[in-house]
Amino acid sequence: MAKYEYTEMKDTRSGFGDGLLEAGKRNKDVVALCADLTGSLKMNAFKDAFPDRFIQAGIAEANMMGVAAGLTIGGKIPFTGTFANFSTGRVYDQIRQSIAYSGKNVKIAASHAGLTLGEDGATHQILEDIGLMKMLPGMVVINPCDYEQTKAATIAIAEFDGPVYLRFGRPKWPVFTPPNQKFEIGKAVTFQEGNDVTIIATGHCVWESLKAAEELEAGGLSVEVINIHTIKPLDNDAILKSVAKTGRVVTAEEHQMNGGLGDSVAQLLARNNPKPIEFVAVDDSFGESGKPEELFEKYGLGKSSIVAAVKRVVKR
Amino acid sequence: MATIQELENTASQVRRDILRMVHAVNSGHPGGSLGCADYFTALYSEIMDYSTDFKMDGTNEDLCFLSNGHISPVWYSVLARSGFFPISELSTFRKIDSRLQGHPTTHEGLPGIRIASGSLGQGMSAAIGAAMTKKMNGDTKTVYCLHGDGELQEGQIWEAAMFAAHNKVDNLICTIDYNQRQIDGDTDDVLSLGNLRAKFEAFGWDVMEMDGNNMEATVNGLKEAKSKTGNGKPICILMTTEMGAGVDFMMGSHKWHGVAPNDEQLKDALSQLTETAGDY
Ligand SMILES: Cc1ncc(C[n+]2csc(CCOP(=O)(O)OP(=O)(O)O)c2C)c(N)n1
Ligand SMILES: [Mg+2]
Repeated sequence: MAKYEYTEMKDTRSGFGDGLLEAGKRNKDVVALCADLTGSLKMNAFKDAFPDRFIQAGIAEANMMGVAAGLTIGGKIPFTGTFANFSTGRVYDQIRQSIAYSGKNVKIAASHAGLTLGEDGATHQILEDIGLMKMLPGMVVINPCDYEQTKAATIAIAEFDGPVYLRFGRPKWPVFTPPNQKFEIGKAVTFQEGNDVTIIATGHCVWESLKAAEELEAGGLSVEVINIHTIKPLDNDAILKSVAKTGRVVTAEEHQMNGGLGDSVAQLLARNNPKPIEFVAVDDSFGESGKPEELFEKYGLGKSSIVAAVKRVVKR
Repeated sequence: MATIQELENTASQVRRDILRMVHAVNSGHPGGSLGCADYFTALYSEIMDYSTDFKMDGTNEDLCFLSNGHISPVWYSVLARSGFFPISELSTFRKIDSRLQGHPTTHEGLPGIRIASGSLGQGMSAAIGAAMTKKMNGDTKTVYCLHGDGELQEGQIWEAAMFAAHNKVDNLICTIDYNQRQIDGDTDDVLSLGNLRAKFEAFGWDVMEMDGNNMEATVNGLKEAKSKTGNGKPICILMTTEMGAGVDFMMGSHKWHGVAPNDEQLKDALSQLTETAGDY
């Protein structure tokens, strides 16, 4: 079981920026592209350290994806940087044909994912990206939960050979995983063991799940909390093992219910060990402008929604 | 017909609205909004023929689209002050449960908005479609669309530009907010646009230039553009503006693209702009 301890508030995108700089130091083949959002993606440190390995693509994401695919031919390890919306939906066919189908070693770094980008509103708040990307054969899909995990994931994917979608966010969020952690692609992290119910969470919802578990434990339930940072490939063994013990599941994610982590978990359970499952996710709706906390509350992603979902599932 | 002075007074109030809106939520895009305050004021006060009793189809009305949706504050202010919705609603900008979303949407039903924008590069295509519908319906009114210059880096713009010329969509006036700045810096440093006049001309457009921060030039330029409609070519106005126009410390760089002023900066900025029609 992994230990966790709250240390500070920090944005996951800074974890990406710091991880990218480190990955760049470790391997001179790491290059970075950005579509006019260098500051937002926290790519300035990499740009300053390695100006010759930084490519400004302008506001032309489709071209950026194609160029990144081409850069891999001859051995570069390109990281593309833009908002999650413009990293996926905007460029889906470019990713599908030139990166996924062609098996190119491109790392798609996607910031400002989900509702928590806040005031910019629904045009920018993509809630479909996990689904879009996990449907692509061979695409690895990662959504880390805090600054440290994002940093470690960035370093790890630079060392992994194959296309990866790395999803992270804009707001300052609790940091609770340790510095310099080892990030294992495809390996679940268990933050808390319990017997009555398993909460399976990804991204910003992991912290909310831990808070929910605290409250539920105080009410007498024994709650297991598993962090799935890699939605694809899914850690089937860890999930099945936990559910064999608890017999009940709640999934939590900052994404549409359709197509997200919950879908993947439900499919796994349906095939192997059908058990009651509840989904904490956005229920077939677009987002809107607002503060991240307000939006988590309104769209049912926060601690109270997770607590309510657990209470529902234990009654089933 | 308003006098130039009256239009300038309106634009000054619009600039105050923009600053107060982004300041209130500490987010949003003042730079491009301020730069386009004169354009929107002229368009809605002097040029367009429209009804504030908003109908999505806009039959027999001129239509306005904003492709660079991030400068929503200027559009919201002008829509409110033109009578589309209560001016007091400007205070809800970017707040939860508001119709004034960060980027313009139809989803919340704000009068005056006909399509969502915010993801750049998509507005010209939609404007072309609306213009073609007008022609098919025998509606002789004009479609206006505004674009950022950085936005022109999107490939879809050039697909649309080619398509509009090929299909002789000559009831369309696309204006480019040619401030030569974008988020990461000057457009020339990020991804140079080259000779935009030559590019649009090569694509088959009728191209004009206009000073978008001079009210008289803006009104006259838009009138001239209107006079060019119906000649078999779509019309492009390269509108030179200054990002942050009207507030001395916001001009001269790209830094105020998407940053809100703090309390002190707001005070300084407002002291440079006369309150002419009452703050919301
Ligand atoms: C497809 C897409 N990519 C990136 C962005 C992020 N973005 C918002 S505004 C902007 C810069 C736009 O530059 P310009 O059109 O010149 O507008 P200005 O900065 O002059 O207001 C960028 C990159 C976006 N909204 N949509
Ligand atoms: Mg510009």
